[in-house]
Formats: sequence, C-alpha cells, structure tokens
Amino acid sequence: MDDATQSLIADAVNNQPQSTVTVLSSLLAVEDAIGYIPKEAVEAVASRMDATVNDVWAVATFYPNFRFDPPMEHRVEVCWGPSCHVMGAGRIIAAAQDALGLSDEGDTPDGKATLRYNTCLGACAHAPVMAIDHHLAGRVTPESARERIATALQSVPSH
Amino acid sequence: MATPTTADFDSILAEAQRRWQALTNGDRPWVRVGTGLAGEAAGGFEVVSAVKAALEENGVAANVSEVGTLGLCFAEPLLDVQMPGGPRVFYRNVTPEIARSIVNEHVAGGNPTMEHAIGYLGEPGAAPDGIPDLNDHPMLGQQQRIALRNAGHIDPSDLYQYIANGGYAALNQALTAMTPDEARQEVLASGLRGRGGAAFPAGVKWGFLAGNPDPNKYILCNCEEGDPGAFNDRGILESDPATVVEGITIAGYACNANRGYIFIRHGHNQPIDRTRAVIEQAYELGLLGQNILGSEFSFDVEVALTGDSYVSGEETALMEAIEGKRSMPRYRPPFPAQVGVFGKPSNINNVKTLAYVPEIIAKGGEWFAGIGTPADPDNRINGSSGTAILCLSGDITYAGLIEVPLGMTLRQVLFDMAGGVPNGKRMKLLQTGGPLGGVLSASDANLDLVLDFDVFRAAGAILGSGGIIVCDEDTCAVDLTRNLIAFCQYESCGKCFPCRMGMSHLLEILERISNLEGTEEDLALMRNIGENMQAGSLCGHGQLGFNPVSSALRYFGDEFEAHIREKRHTGDCSDQVFSPKLTRR
Ligand SMILES: Cc1cc2nc3c(=O)[nH]c(=O)nc-3n(C[C@H](O)[C@H](O)[C@H](O)COP(=O)(O)O)c2cc1C
Ligand code: SF4
Ligand code: FES
Ligand code: FES
Repeated sequence: MDDATQSLIADAVNNQPQSTVTVLSSLLAVEDAIGYIPKEAVEAVASRMDATVNDVWAVATFYPNFRFDPPMEHRVEVCWGPSCHVMGAGRIIAAAQDALGLSDEGDTPDGKATLRYNTCLGACAHAPVMAIDHHLAGRVTPESARERIATALQSVPSH
Repeated sequence: MATPTTADFDSILAEAQRRWQALTNGDRPWVRVGTGLAGEAAGGFEVVSAVKAALEENGVAANVSEVGTLGLCFAEPLLDVQMPGGPRVFYRNVTPEIARSIVNEHVAGGNPTMEHAIGYLGEPGAAPDGIPDLNDHPMLGQQQRIALRNAGHIDPSDLYQYIANGGYAALNQALTAMTPDEARQEVLASGLRGRGGAAFPAGVKWGFLAGNPDPNKYILCNCEEGDPGAFNDRGILESDPATVVEGITIAGYACNANRGYIFIRHGHNQPIDRTRAVIEQAYELGLLGQNILGSEFSFDVEVALTGDSYVSGEETALMEAIEGKRSMPRYRPPFPAQVGVFGKPSNINNVKTLAYVPEIIAKGGEWFAGIGTPADPDNRINGSSGTAILCLSGDITYAGLIEVPLGMTLRQVLFDMAGGVPNGKRMKLLQTGGPLGGVLSASDANLDLVLDFDVFRAAGAILGSGGIIVCDEDTCAVDLTRNLIAFCQYESCGKCFPCRMGMSHLLEILERISNLEGTEEDLALMRNIGENMQAGSLCGHGQLGFNPVSSALRYFGDEFEAHIREKRHTGDCSDQVFSPKLTRR
C-alpha cells in the first residue's frame, strides 16, 4: 500500500466530523475516502477504536456496501426495488450487464467499472432508477442506460 | 430555576424576517430548483448549473436556491421564478435548455414563459396572465401540509428561512410557557401515532422515557427508510430538516433527555448534508447545545450514519448500528426506555412523527386531534389523527409525495389527486407500507378503504410508512411477490433461522412457481414456512415477512393457481428474470 493511501486512511479514521466515533462510522469514513476497506484500514480502525481486528471485520462484512479491494474507475448501480421492478428494472439490469459485458453484479475484467444492484435509490417516483458514480438518473430506458454507461466509461474516473 | 426569556428568540426572528423579506421582495429575483432525490434523478443539478450560467451570460443578479421537493415529483425538475414581491411561477420538467430560456425571458426579461409553466403560487389577483393557480392542480389542491409545510418552499440548508416561516416558535413557546410534562401532554392530546410502522401513540412512548430518572437519556430519530417505494422520510430531511431538528429538541425537553441522534443511511447526500447544515446553524443561534434560548434545558443532536441494512431500521438494531456494530435486533426486555443506545434510556421515533411535533405544540394537540379519523372501539379502530404522508410510485399518472388528512379514501388519493393509471390501463394491485406490508387488490372495496392505521390492518395491509406502489393490469401478482420476498431474503439479518432460512425457501418456491414449475404442495409448504417464521422470529422482519405471500394469496390466489395448475402466466413478466441473493456473512 502506498503512503498516500495510508495517510488518506489515517486522516479518514482520525478526523471524523461528528462527535460519536464508532467502528461503523470509521469504516464509512474510509469507504468515502478511498472507496474500499483494505486490511490496513481494518487495522487502523481497530487501533483507533480499541477493538480487535475480528470485531472490525465482523462489522465490515455485515454491510454489503463495503468492498474489500480497490474500486473500479466507475460505479454503476441499478435499482431492483418494487417501484423500479414494476416499471421495468429487469430490462435496465439486462442492458447494464450487456453494456458492461457482465452476466451479474461485479467488476468488469478490464477494471473499468463495477455493476451493483440496489434495493432502493430513493427516487422511486422516477422509476426505473440507476446511479452512475453516485449521480442518480431516473426514468431510464435500456437505450438511455446504455448511453449513460458509455459516456461514463469515457469520462474521468470517479476515484 | 432560571427564567427563560424570549428576548433572544425575538431578535433571531427579526433577523430571519429581514432576510426573508430581502429574498422574496428585495432587489432581485429568486429562482428555486427542486433538487431532492427525485429532482436529482430528473436532472435538477444540471438545471441549477444552467440557470447560474445563463444569469451570468445575461449579467442579471438573482438568488438561486436548491430546494427540496414540493412533492410533484412527476414534474421534476421543477423550477420556479419569483420576481421581487410577485407570485412564484413554476415550470415543469425543466431541462438545461428550457432553464436558459426561462432565465432569458422571465428572470431577465420579466415575462413568464407560458410553454412550460405548470402554475403559480401567490396572492390571489397576482396571477400572471394565462397561468393557472398551482393549488388548482389536483395533486396539490387537496393536500393538508403539516410536516411538509415548508417542503419545496424554503432553502432546506438555511435555518433562518425555517424560522422566518414560523420555525422555532414552538420550541420557544415550550421553553418559556410549558413544563416538560405539559409539552408531553399536548402530544398525548394530539393522538399522534408513530409513523414508522407500528402506529404506537407517541405521547405514551415519551411517557416511558420521561418517567426514567437517569440523567443521561437519548431521543433517536429513525430515517433508515430502507422500505423501497418509500421516500417521505428522506423527502422531509432533504426539504425541511429543521422541522425534525426542532421536533427532536422538543421531544428531548418533554422527556428530560439530553442527547439526540438523527439516523440516516449513508450515501443519501441531500438528507445528510442538509440535516447537518441546519444542526450547525442551530448551535450557532443557541437553539441547540447548552442552555437553549437561555433556559435551563440543554440538548445535543448529531447525525449518525448506517451502512446498507434494512433491518437497521428496527429500533434495537438501530441502536446497535449507532454503537457501530452489526445491526442485528436485540432481545427485549429490557426495553429501550430502560436500556437503549450505549446502555442509556432511549426513545425512538420516525422522522415524520417528530416532524409533526413543532406544529402540534404551536397549534395545540386538540387541533391535530381534530384532523383524521375517529375511534370506533367496537371494531377495534383506535382513531388515527393528523395526516398521511404518502409516496406514490409505479403505474400512476402523478407520482410523488403528498400529505393528506387521514380519513381520505384510497380512491380519492389515487384517482382524484394522482390521476389514476396512465395509458388507459386498469389499476390492479397496490403495494403499501413497505415490502412487509404486502399487497392489496385495487378492488372497489379496497379503493374505498379510508386512510387509517387500523382500517388498513383489518384489510390485511399496512399503511405504515406511507409508500403506495401502484401496479396496472400487466403486473403479475406472483412475480411481484417474488420481488418482495427477494428483498426480504436479501435483507434478513441472519440472527434467527426461521427468518434466514424461511425467506430463502420462500424465494425458491416463488421462483419455481413463476417459472411454471410449481406444484400443488408448494402453497401449503409456503404457509407452513410462514407460520414458523411468524412464531419463531425475533423481530418484525421475520414476524411480518410472510405478509407479501399471505396477502397475495388472499387477493390473487387465482393467479397462483393459474401458474401452478394451468402452467399459465397471468401478466407480462418477460423482462423479469432477476432475483439477487445474498446471505449476510
Ligand atoms: C425490519 C424493520 C425495519 C424497520 N425500519 C424502519 C425504518 O426504516 N424507519 C422507521 O421509522 N421505523 C422502522 N421500523 C420500525 C421501528 O422499529 C420503530 O418502531 C419506529 O422507528 C418507531 O417510530 P414511531 O413510534 O415514531 O413509529 C422498522 C421495524 C422493523 C421490524
Ligand atoms: S427476524 Fe430476521 S431480521 Fe429479525 S432478527 Fe431474526 S433474522 Fe434478523
Ligand atoms: S424502488 Fe427503485 S428507487 Fe426506490
Ligand atoms: S411469473 Fe406470473 S406472469 Fe410470468
């Protein structure tokens, strides 16, 4: 791990804005800072929180938003909650898989993008909803989903 | 006891009013753009950038604010222009190009652009030619906005705007003129029932905490809002977080508590950032912290974040998450009012519940109790006071967020206000109250149900958090049930096996039935699993987790039969091939 990442982790763990600092808040801070939870971060959180490495792993593995290897350049999320489901989320998921050359959730082999399914992105009134690099897009069609993904893949990486 | 004074509050209020006057009737126009989650999804932030760029090109000075949601989500991005002292003219489905032309013609040129206008709000008589009163829009006109009173109107990150519109008068009143118990009595008299699902009377729950003499007590505000199809809690926090901050502070006063947490799922930036912004300003103005408004009451509030976990919205799991642990429910007793977060007595309420509190204190419990449905003890109806804050999505003409008096019928809401199902199709099914709420058929009898917590329960549904997903005739009840159970399976925390295993088995069976491979025994098998889940699960997730299936069988049993016996699809499911699976590690 390079020094820059190491210091981003230290900064995230040690300089949290809120007054209640916990294992979970520290992990979320690291995820926001570098997009994943490397083992060095687990160790840093354990030492800051006076917890065991096991305790920290237990929390990190419970919440599916954490990933444990470096993030891809881009992140594509598609909602499959019931509002989106009835408005055609299945087709959006298929289009996203197709555009990324994937057959399920996961990372593309070229390291460019991650596809994630989401249970509700909170913009249900504009179903079906997707998010690219944390920006929401509603009322997407399979065609517009493909276009958005293509544009994102050509843009500057989000991390 | 030091006597609180209103002097501080009067000067804060005067400053707030001065600023509001400058915004609405000062030297420049005011442009507000909807940038809640639906606004963002529709492109609201791109519209904000386009407005700013066009103002610069024109060399025109105007205030531009990112507001929350007015609730007319179908019309997002919604943009409105207010010329000094004039009415607000609203434009719908604004794109960056439309925004530029609105700036050129209206903001710079002074002439409202008719083409995209949806209505105006302002003094009667101030109507711009040919533009209708927005209150005549069916979606807005029949609302009674209490918790949503400021949503879409004020800049949610500016506490002065909240105060200029009546905010913090209630806290000031409570601190100067009421004892904590009197404040609680007012909430008790209002009949306010919790809006987080169980509809438990808030004033009664506060009494459990108020009665605990511990000097360190917590009020927790639950904005986990993992229910897909529900966006009202985030809608309130992204549009008017200050009403919740004031509400939790009043709850703290009434219960003699000294700390509050507002608990939000990470990643929902508008609710999180805007709530944090008003909390910071409340501290600066002495509305939070030590000796609030010079009184003896001190109260601290902060935002706590959780990871992705639906069950962390359950009250004891939420306490685990605030403590930074795996959000798995705890055994009860002890109950939160004895042992809550960090081992301290705690009271937990939903965002909507707390959002009502300032208006209840300001206008009186009796006023709130006068809105809604009366009790009918013979039929086990306890009465539901106040309003329902509903999220309408799915196959519906006007999707969005509305606040209507309890006692309205579903038909009034879905047809008179929201315009029914588009494209000439038939309304078939309603999914209410989150995935655990199950489904209702859109039969005449069900459409005549009045919005009331107990009436819904008697019909086998939950009004709960207020999500209503409307499905037209193309939706297959089996397929939707499979989707709901896939969610319940994905979100089971894994602590108890009837829930963890039961959900997986239900999902497998439902997949089999949707693939036309189900057998006659499958229905009995599902019922058996459901009974075990209900009896052997620790929290509501497992206890209520069979609701989607039992309600679907109750109303759409014939569709299950068709899939199983006749090997026949009963809807359009050609694109629904997907059920993710995850078992928490
Ligand atoms: C699985 C599960 C998830 C829940 N999720 C939420 C939620 O997201 N928001 C909420 O306010 N209540 C949720 N609840 C209900 C809470 O446990 C609690 O009853 C509620 O927050 C109390 O607030 P109220 O009295 O104001 O309704 C959930 C309950 C269960 C069993
Ligand atoms: S019922 Fe389900 S969600 Fe609730 S504690 Fe048990 S396993 Fe977890
Ligand atoms: S269900 Fe898809 S955004 Fe809520
Ligand atoms: S699964 Fe019901 S119609 Fe195909």
